[in-house]
Amino acid sequence: MPKIKLSEKTISQIKEICAQFDNQEGELINVLHQVQSKLGYLPAEVQEVIAKELNMSVAKVYGVVTFYSFFTMLPQGEHPISICMGTACYVRGAEQVLSEFKRQLNIEVGETSPDGKFSLSSLRCVGACGLAPVVTVGEKVYGRVSPQQVGKIIAEYQEGCPSEAQSA
Amino acid sequence: MANYKMHLLVCGGTGCKASQSGPIRRNFQTQLEEMGLEQDVQVIHTGCFGFCEQGPIVKIQPDNTFYVSVSPGDTKEIIEEHLIKGRKVERLLYTDPNTQMPITESKNMDFYKKQVRIALRNCGFINPENVEEYIANEGYAALGKCLEELTPEQAIQTIMDSGLRGRGGGGFPTGLKWDITRKVENNQKYVVCNADEGDPGAFMDRSILEGDPHTVIEAMAICGYCIGADKGLVYIRAEYPLAIERLKTALKQAREYGLLGKNILGSEFSFDIEIRYGAGAFVCGEETALIHSMEGKRGEPTFKPPFPSQEGYLGKPTNVNNVETFANIPPIINKGAAWFSSIGTEKSKGTKVFALAGKINNVGLIEVPMGTTLREVIYDIGGGIKNGKEFKSVQTGGPSGGCLTKDFLDTPIDYDNLLAAGSMMGSGGMIVMDEDDCMVSIAKFYLEFTLDESCGKCTPCRIGNKRLHEILDKITEGKGTAEDLTKLRMLSHVIKDTSLCGLGQTSPNPVLSTLDNFMNEYEAHVNDSHCPAGQCKALLQYQIDDEKCTGCTLCFRICPVGAISGEKRSPHYIDQSLCIKCGACFEKCKFNAIKIA
Ligand SMILES: Cc1cc2nc3c(=O)[nH]c(=O)nc-3n(C[C@H](O)[C@H](O)[C@H](O)COP(=O)(O)O)c2cc1C
Ligand code: SF4
Ligand code: SF4
Ligand code: FES
Ligand code: FES
Repeated sequence: MPKIKLSEKTISQIKEICAQFDNQEGELINVLHQVQSKLGYLPAEVQEVIAKELNMSVAKVYGVVTFYSFFTMLPQGEHPISICMGTACYVRGAEQVLSEFKRQLNIEVGETSPDGKFSLSSLRCVGACGLAPVVTVGEKVYGRVSPQQVGKIIAEYQEGCPSEAQSA
Repeated sequence: MANYKMHLLVCGGTGCKASQSGPIRRNFQTQLEEMGLEQDVQVIHTGCFGFCEQGPIVKIQPDNTFYVSVSPGDTKEIIEEHLIKGRKVERLLYTDPNTQMPITESKNMDFYKKQVRIALRNCGFINPENVEEYIANEGYAALGKCLEELTPEQAIQTIMDSGLRGRGGGGFPTGLKWDITRKVENNQKYVVCNADEGDPGAFMDRSILEGDPHTVIEAMAICGYCIGADKGLVYIRAEYPLAIERLKTALKQAREYGLLGKNILGSEFSFDIEIRYGAGAFVCGEETALIHSMEGKRGEPTFKPPFPSQEGYLGKPTNVNNVETFANIPPIINKGAAWFSSIGTEKSKGTKVFALAGKINNVGLIEVPMGTTLREVIYDIGGGIKNGKEFKSVQTGGPSGGCLTKDFLDTPIDYDNLLAAGSMMGSGGMIVMDEDDCMVSIAKFYLEFTLDESCGKCTPCRIGNKRLHEILDKITEGKGTAEDLTKLRMLSHVIKDTSLCGLGQTSPNPVLSTLDNFMNEYEAHVNDSHCPAGQCKALLQYQIDDEKCTGCTLCFRICPVGAISGEKRSPHYIDQSLCIKCGACFEKCKFNAIKIA
């Protein structure tokens, strides 16, 4: 992975978050949550800063980041797409929806499209099983998605401004 | 609340929120204000009503009219017709599928008739963001009763006598757990609420926190009083933003009202609660892993004993209970042990909440007395199988559970019966499958989940499940052998016997139960390279029947990869080298001309 240079501002943001939690090693997960919600992801360079602030080894921080699926070391696309692969969605055809997204965006789960617009991930139960299969793009939830609707959903974001919600 | 003449209850559960209940509420609010009615009618965002299939739901009080599938465009009509003229908006009423007649009140719908709501008693009835509504419905009365009238021993005795068992899956007697933790000597103890809810396809605990957060807060305080703890922690997934937000609001209000903090309700007892965030790891639902995660570490389980009640969070005695377990506590204290234990079966008292989902007409959140049969849940409450298909299996217990066949439909649901049937209660996921679901693929699906989620500490769980998955994959590709079937069973038992925590010990259950109950499907894959459900892509081909095809061109237009060709009004043809087997043409053809070979 190419090295990234963190700006002074980013570094002080991270330090500030660590300080909010009194630089306590036991608060690592809370720190990671906050930092990820600020920066979007947790690359190695960010983990190094956190490790130093909390006075623990980088290996330990890395161990925690990689253990939890919620934390990501890769930047997300501008429009992160998640396909629910919970059981309720699975039995109602989530797999076909996922393969259609993969095919149309030409990326795999965990990847971002070359233009940085879309990233693809799968998650387990959004809590809207009544609407299965469920897809989320950013904050927006699409219910009862069929493979045929995939193109339309992607198109909504290609022009830049999503049209008003229309989960069928 | 007293001055409002009417209340508009808009479902604010995750399901309804996903289908526009936010804009519905906003429309109501602005339109009521425009008409100068905001002093007479109050709009309330509640938690999940349970009937998510029919969402978004809007209920009107006091007449209890239950509107279904409401859209933001319907608000004006509801205000003008129902609120002003007193006429119900017929087209938004629920239609009984049997009689085709509209039903106005939820209590008359089959979906609700057999339900008994204890843990969910307030979900869909009160505004979860207003502590006063909780208080108006007996809220914090149980805490008051404990502090004023009961010693910790007496309160624990009530819980023991009620027969309440843990709803997180294990079914351990709750009163006994509290008693054990109480008896451990230590000047610092903790109460932990397990809101990790790792079972994919389940949303009970989250819905309770979204719809009635105060019940959990009250119960945790009662637990603190009983065991001698002044600190509580809720471990919840960061992926549940709505539940977190409502819980935070509730905690703030409880502190403002002196229901949390120092000297609660003027007593000697002090208690407060903090939130800890999980980060998406199923194994963190296991209590020892959960505790490590709360300490900021990797969420790996450790060997028990010591149990958390002896050595838990930061090495201190810790009582861990599930959200739904807690939600049952205040009613038990208020109404007494005898009332609670009169509901349910001999060894499983009270009710159980299930997230009913899959190929069923009424997907939703339900609560039924223990002892209700699977048939009652699936057919009476669930309204039967979607699209008139045939029932094949019901899965309970999530990735640790099993798939039961129609032979088990009359089994009364309780901890022991489900175990005896080869599945388990689990935390309450209940997934219904129909004739189109391939049971080998289902087993593979669950294993994929376990593989993702194994913490990797034990070799049998880490490697063994991987091997199981490889074999299942081979079978769904049509490359399995008879030997693989025996291997599956052998390996499953090894994993069960040699893994450290509940995850590994139960992970082969979906494989074993499908082998036991659906051997014929495994054999069809292995012996005939045939998937009876027509789901395993490698084993099927979509073909067009020349005789039946009218050349309507529908499939040609619908196929996402352009694999279908043909002239208008003459038979079409599928190019197998292009076909991605998405099944779109098969679903859409109006003439049944596309067949699976
Ligand atoms: C792999 C695994 C996952 C678990 N997940 C959960 C969960 O998501 N929620 C939960 O309440 N209990 C879960 N449990 C059970 C807990 O370890 C623990 O028994 C429970 O929280 C105790 O509460 P109860 O007695 O009120 O049920 C899980 C157990 C295992 C082995
Ligand atoms: S059984 Fe699996 S999940 Fe449990 S401790 Fe062992 S490796 Fe981890
Ligand atoms: S949709 Fe059916 S009838 Fe129409 S062209 Fe395709 S196969 Fe023929
Ligand atoms: S399984 Fe997808 S929303 Fe529940
Ligand atoms: S989310 Fe509205 S009824 Fe369940």
